[in-house]
Amino acid sequence: MNILTVSPSPHIRSGISTQKIMLAVIAALIPAIIAGTIVFGPRAILMVVFCAMVSIMTELVCCVLMKKESTISDGSAMLTGVLLALNLPVTLPLWQAAVGCIFAIAVVKQLFGGLGCNFANPAITGRIFLLLSVGNDMTTWTKPFYYTDTPALGFFESSGSAALDGLTRATPLASGDAGLLELFLGNVGGSIGETSALALLIGGIFLIITKIISPVTPISYLGSLAAFTFIKVLVTGGNMIEVPYALLSGGVILGAFFMATDYVTTPITAKGKLIFGIGCGILTFVIREFASMPEGCSFSILIMNLLTPYINKFTKTKPIGRKTERRIANEN
Amino acid sequence: MKLGGIKLHHCKNTEDSQSTVLPLPAKVRIPMSMHIGAPCKPLVKKSDIVTVGQKIGDTDAFMSAPIHSSVSGKVTNISDYRMSSGNICKIIEIETDGKQTICPDIQSPDLNNKESFIKAIRESGLTGMGGASFPAHIKLNPKQNIDTLCINAAECEPYITSDYRQMVEAPEEVIDGILNILKFLSIPKCIIGIESNKPKAIELLTQKAEPYSQIKVLTLPCTYPQGAEKVLIYNALGRIVMEGQLPADQGVIVMNVSSAAFVSRYLKTGMPMISRIITVDGDDVIGKKCNITVPIGTPVIDVLNFAECDLDRAERLLYGGPMMGVSIRDVNDPVIKSNNAILAFKKFNKKNASPKPTACIHCGSCIKACPFHLIPPDIAHAYKQKDLQALNDLKVNLCMNCGCCTYVCPAKRPVAETNQFAKAFVTSMNKK
Repeated sequence: MNILTVSPSPHIRSGISTQKIMLAVIAALIPAIIAGTIVFGPRAILMVVFCAMVSIMTELVCCVLMKKESTISDGSAMLTGVLLALNLPVTLPLWQAAVGCIFAIAVVKQLFGGLGCNFANPAITGRIFLLLSVGNDMTTWTKPFYYTDTPALGFFESSGSAALDGLTRATPLASGDAGLLELFLGNVGGSIGETSALALLIGGIFLIITKIISPVTPISYLGSLAAFTFIKVLVTGGNMIEVPYALLSGGVILGAFFMATDYVTTPITAKGKLIFGIGCGILTFVIREFASMPEGCSFSILIMNLLTPYINKFTKTKPIGRKTERRIANEN
Repeated sequence: MKLGGIKLHHCKNTEDSQSTVLPLPAKVRIPMSMHIGAPCKPLVKKSDIVTVGQKIGDTDAFMSAPIHSSVSGKVTNISDYRMSSGNICKIIEIETDGKQTICPDIQSPDLNNKESFIKAIRESGLTGMGGASFPAHIKLNPKQNIDTLCINAAECEPYITSDYRQMVEAPEEVIDGILNILKFLSIPKCIIGIESNKPKAIELLTQKAEPYSQIKVLTLPCTYPQGAEKVLIYNALGRIVMEGQLPADQGVIVMNVSSAAFVSRYLKTGMPMISRIITVDGDDVIGKKCNITVPIGTPVIDVLNFAECDLDRAERLLYGGPMMGVSIRDVNDPVIKSNNAILAFKKFNKKNASPKPTACIHCGSCIKACPFHLIPPDIAHAYKQKDLQALNDLKVNLCMNCGCCTYVCPAKRPVAETNQFAKAFVTSMNKK
């Protein structure tokens, strides 16, 4: 006879785990990684793998230094690395990418207590950190398929080198010259993972079908951005093509499906997610229209991350069968 | 407004297993507390001879139910017994003589009004057979005006089919029991709530209830915990039992389907609650998954041996279902009135193990799963801070420990367990 194991109920658990969720999100990013590799060449996939490795190593080192149990097996560090890589231009020197990853994991995530305790999305904050510190390299976007007619870029070369000058061009958001179909497929300049709306949508829909993310955030984000752009067009009398343009250009789709749906840094309830998505849409619109920077997606998500505790506070679910304090007092 | 809940694998492996009778065990051990409320005092002494159905435990306390001997034989020992709740009560050990002599006092009760009916129910020793074990004579005698009897036949826990076998094997007992309760308590209508995964039971009961316009069979979706009292009342009648209220405050009495069938049997024969059907199931350590009628007090080991359980491999035994069942510590512990199943599992696989908890990632799964929309992460946080006000505001007292939150948690945190700690903390502090 064995010694019986005694434990409190429930005695069964669902098959879902943190690790599976993280790996599913990484899997959902694979179409975007493939699209990025096709458009920007093999250096794109190198960048993704490199960032993932640096992030995992940073997490490991942090855990060792803080004398905590290693948390690399949950896959969250790898996901941060992959997401950050997809937010970088393909020509960014690797050492800069590494700095971004280290900042994202060590400062944004681990210093605040690790997974579940960070107040902002590490990948988004890592990107903003790089944007503010190496802004020139971060906004030098090569044109698609540049790699077919230039020699591959060395690991430590800066993209600002003379050889590339004639090949780079601004993201369509800044220059405003690209067809809608090109935008949808990703045949435009931009960061590795954000150009192909098609690839991102495939991943996003996979996550919604598997119920890993709620459709509320992406729909409210993209919907409110579209609505505000629509109103703007009505008011200023511009071309209606601006509406799909606003949705397909820049990192909005990547942000809406993969960044604004991060569990840790976004509201918990559906109502909260709706507010979060609309907030992101408004901020993206405002930053794009009125601020000096063309890309508002990262900043809008970061700002909404900061508001998340308050959104959570005001969108709490109300327990069914509760009595209000006043009612309890009356009964007594 | 939709209640939360989760989808589970039904695992009703024994639904087609006709219930059989367990061969009489060599001895039974009958604890003096198998119900919510005060434990009984033993009415017999060591080496007394007892008969089947003889009352061996009773008390004057209001919230209690008497206990009867399930076998005939000799009382060999009366000792202290630690129940799974952690409290201690007396336990009477009876060595069976194999004759099963029936107690001469057993006769069908004389009924002419509500009082005699309630008195008879008390004497039957009936306590809720669904799991909570609430004394039936108290449940059936509320001060409030009752307009609906709600029969709980949801049986939402995986594996368990004992209620289902009752409904399929003797649906007329269920209907007869309901009619008696409706008659003596002057309740105008009855709803029988059954989960949709039991089409045969739904069909049989609908058919049997057809002549009686006051009884309705309601098909409920298969969502755990459909059989939880408050959930059932909400889904069947749309009424919300508020915190601190009993179903009677909403004009409802909820009764388990096997309890209703027992009422019918008792009124006919006068034989008190001395045996019940239990489901014996689990993974492949159980050789013969089955439903069996066992005398109350039968040691678990006898049931397991009958079901050809491989005791060398069984590592985890449960009273009741996998979601709310209680771990069995010792195979000599008895089957009690509220047990509807004994489950045995070998060394738990990945899915069933108590996995290591990792950090909460605020995914909100537990909030979505909670039938009453509680917020377990906030409760855990407030409990850590021992913040009584916050815990009261979060309504942790509504938690019924159904386990949905723990089940869905991707970080494998002991969510329901923490809720229970918080609830106990609130209860103890609010008393002060």
